Amino acid sequence: MVDMKKIKSLDLSRMDFVTDQTVKWCPGCGDYSILKQTQRVLPELGVPKENFLFISGIGCSSRFPYYMNTYGFHTIHGRAAAIASGAKLANPDLSVWVVTGDGDALSIGGNHTIHLMRRNLDINILLFNNRIYGLTKGQYSPTSELGKVTKSTPMGSLDRPFNPTSLALGSQATFVARTIDRNPKHIQSILKSAYHHKGTSFVEIYQNCVIFNDGAFENLTNKKILSNNVVQLEHGQPMIFGKNRNLGIHLDGNTPSIIDLDKDDNVSIDDILIHDEKDIVIASMLSSFTYNDNFPTPVGIIYAVDEPIYEDLSQKQIDTAIEKQGKGDIQALLDSGNIWEVK
Amino acid sequence: MPKTKIKHVDHVVIRFAGDSGDGMQLTGSRFTDSTAIFGNDLSTLPDYPAEIRAPAGSLAGVSVFQLHFSSKDIYTPGDRPDVLVAMNPAALKGHLADLEPNGIIIANSDTFNKKNLNLAGYESNPLEDGSLENEYEVHAIRMTNLVTKACKKIDISLKDVERTKNMFALGLLFWMYNRSTETTIQWLQNKFKNKPALIEANTRALYAGYHYGSTTRIFTVRYAVEKATLPPGKYRSINGNYAISLGLLAAAEKSGLPLFFGGYPITPASEILHFLASYRNFGVKTFQAEDEIAGVSAAIGASFIGNLACTATSGPGMALKTEALGLAIMAELPLVVVNVQRGGPSTGLPTKTEQSDLFQAVMGRNADAPIPVIAPSTPGDCFYTAYEASQIAIKYMTPVIVLSDGYLANGSEPWHIPKMAELPKIDVKFETEYNGKDKYLPYKRNKQTLARPWAIPGTPKLEHRLGGLEKEDVTGDVNYEADNHHLMTTLRAQKIANVANDYPPTKVFGKDNGDLLILTWGSTFGPGRVAVERLHKENLNVSHVHLRYLNPLPIDLGGILKKFKHILIPEINTGQLRTIIRAEYIVNAEGLNIVRGRPIRASMIVNRVKKMLGI
Repeated sequence: MVDMKKIKSLDLSRMDFVTDQTVKWCPGCGDYSILKQTQRVLPELGVPKENFLFISGIGCSSRFPYYMNTYGFHTIHGRAAAIASGAKLANPDLSVWVVTGDGDALSIGGNHTIHLMRRNLDINILLFNNRIYGLTKGQYSPTSELGKVTKSTPMGSLDRPFNPTSLALGSQATFVARTIDRNPKHIQSILKSAYHHKGTSFVEIYQNCVIFNDGAFENLTNKKILSNNVVQLEHGQPMIFGKNRNLGIHLDGNTPSIIDLDKDDNVSIDDILIHDEKDIVIASMLSSFTYNDNFPTPVGIIYAVDEPIYEDLSQKQIDTAIEKQGKGDIQALLDSGNIWEVK
Repeated sequence: MPKTKIKHVDHVVIRFAGDSGDGMQLTGSRFTDSTAIFGNDLSTLPDYPAEIRAPAGSLAGVSVFQLHFSSKDIYTPGDRPDVLVAMNPAALKGHLADLEPNGIIIANSDTFNKKNLNLAGYESNPLEDGSLENEYEVHAIRMTNLVTKACKKIDISLKDVERTKNMFALGLLFWMYNRSTETTIQWLQNKFKNKPALIEANTRALYAGYHYGSTTRIFTVRYAVEKATLPPGKYRSINGNYAISLGLLAAAEKSGLPLFFGGYPITPASEILHFLASYRNFGVKTFQAEDEIAGVSAAIGASFIGNLACTATSGPGMALKTEALGLAIMAELPLVVVNVQRGGPSTGLPTKTEQSDLFQAVMGRNADAPIPVIAPSTPGDCFYTAYEASQIAIKYMTPVIVLSDGYLANGSEPWHIPKMAELPKIDVKFETEYNGKDKYLPYKRNKQTLARPWAIPGTPKLEHRLGGLEKEDVTGDVNYEADNHHLMTTLRAQKIANVANDYPPTKVFGKDNGDLLILTWGSTFGPGRVAVERLHKENLNVSHVHLRYLNPLPIDLGGILKKFKHILIPEINTGQLRTIIRAEYIVNAEGLNIVRGRPIRASMIVNRVKKMLGI
């Protein structure tokens, strides 16, 4: 395997990651943007092309590997996280990316998603959340809002939606971030951070389905209104948002509120909460703003901490066992136990 | 006092039966080890409840270990015991009916109190009411009392003292069958390394039992079972689960591939995970996944990366892995899947044996999804089956199913230890260059086998995509065209059919034509072979074929079947192989189908054969 630390420039460009396959997403689909940003980011990571592995499950987003000129595996519904775990464990030198959707990762594959995060293998999960089932033509998904009227729920859905970032935090993910398909620069920056984070990186990407759930993120992407609805997180910086960067998140005890620097003379920028991506309490609070009309939707890195990664621990056990017992000798093992000889 | 006589016998079947907490599996294993080292051929059948500790004294809580040992070759753990060790009334009640007429009963009479008799459903004490007297040789021994005396002044709890009674029973049987106590003493010293008081107590109990036999003289006969004449070489006693683990390790070593095991605990397959997890110093990676699906999925991921990937499970777990097996078929990746069959459907009889997942293995997937299926015949053969499954998987780039079962998994036999140097080679060739003009073609097949090439992530220039969508022949691009799908379906089927080209000729035990052929598969090999040997003694024209390869079937099988007037297929299911054989060869095969969670008895096969032959 190539030692990645030694590689400075591999002279790769976006086009090196484009395949000859026709992209078959619907015109206007948010997936195009995510694909393009990924193809832009990969050449900048210093990883040889052959060391990238993209693994997906089933759904619109899961066609992604076919369009990436890397090693790829389009698998079965919900199981990408499990297949990726085996692949990463088998060869920790690979840069492994799971591409999945809200149905694939949170419904049929929910179990694998949470277990991947708690194990903390160094895998990047890109969860395209369009809050609907696209490939099966428009049923509600586990992130659809309560009461969603779809073909399978003509009188409205009855189940409350998952909040993916809270689920990730609850699963002890060590990197939790959110970005939006309509913000290419932001996607690129989050993808890079996800790559550089050692451990499972959970990236929720809000992605518009033009056919079955168009406008689901309108208030977060419409340039006229988004500034009041989105707070872009930066580690060590105050949580400021608003059209004139006049609004901020303030914490009074355990209770968050929004303060307006323009309207309230008694508050200053010092009253605005500083984002600390290593603070689980802040991360949990920020995540709770999801689907909450009283607060802006946070995008950026919500939480990022370093914890030991599974594949390293696995290798350490192997090293320790070899150190203590010596490298396994299969013939000696066969010949062990209570042996007797027939002459 | 009468002098003890030595009686020479060819073979003996002992059944140890007691409460789940009485240590019967352990007692049986110790006797097995001593017997193996003595040089007898042997076969064992552990049989225990699914509950870890069912209510003490209850019929449901009885745990059993049966051991058959002999001076001759044997193939089964025996039909009926000659000796029944009953540690409580429930053990006697549940197993007396199986005992040979005039068989020996050794009972711990201290447990035959009112409460335990009631729990077992006895109205009076069978050890005292004379009901056993004329039919059996009964030895009622106050084992609990005797071990309490033997362990006097040792600083351990009363409960620990009482638990040594299994060692008493073991010691007594060692005396009766003239076995050495040495390996058991060594074993005790190792097991209780840091608890010298327990070593002392158990050793005293063992000797107490042994000396009870030699000094009380209530036994008028001791038995001698001479050494068996086995082929020369090194031997050890082995069970099927361990043999499978070793077979996978050996295949990894021989192929030069790292071994990856993804799995989820399930009875009776978990031991394979345990064994492999203990071999980290061989570089083995074991992954206890969140569920059965993740276990096989992780293995498929590791297979893509170039590991020898495997998983092991039982029926319900196989059901969960089904979709992933379809993916492995479509992606054409090597994978070894071990199914240690148990009683079913659903949760069924988790700790009991059955052969009822044959249909599932051969046909249980959506669409045309063929997978090679092979089954071991004995515990030791599990090694070679796992090894061969790995060979086939790698050579043909396909998942392979190994159909073991609960009896093979837990049963043990003397195993002639193989030499690594003598095992067949396993060649692996990872692609490193373009195999097409300026590009890598992941579905450009080997002309002879039809296997596709294996290029692993990390290899420069050969980036490609696998997936569950239908692939275009040669290029591996996604393709939905009608003719291509027909071609790919045919190619996948032909590739698996080609596996049969590698089989050795099918062996017929007995004449290659005649009145009746017994056709067995899996663990029914033993009873099938014993039945034929008995029938040969009666000069009946009966032969035996054992099927190792269940899919694809051997090319020469059809010709063999047609040379017999009758075909009998004994299986621990309702006739799955029979259905396949009838469909494949249009022959009038009959079944002997007994689904009791235990191996079929040789005597049942003998009786059925005679009935079919009108004798």
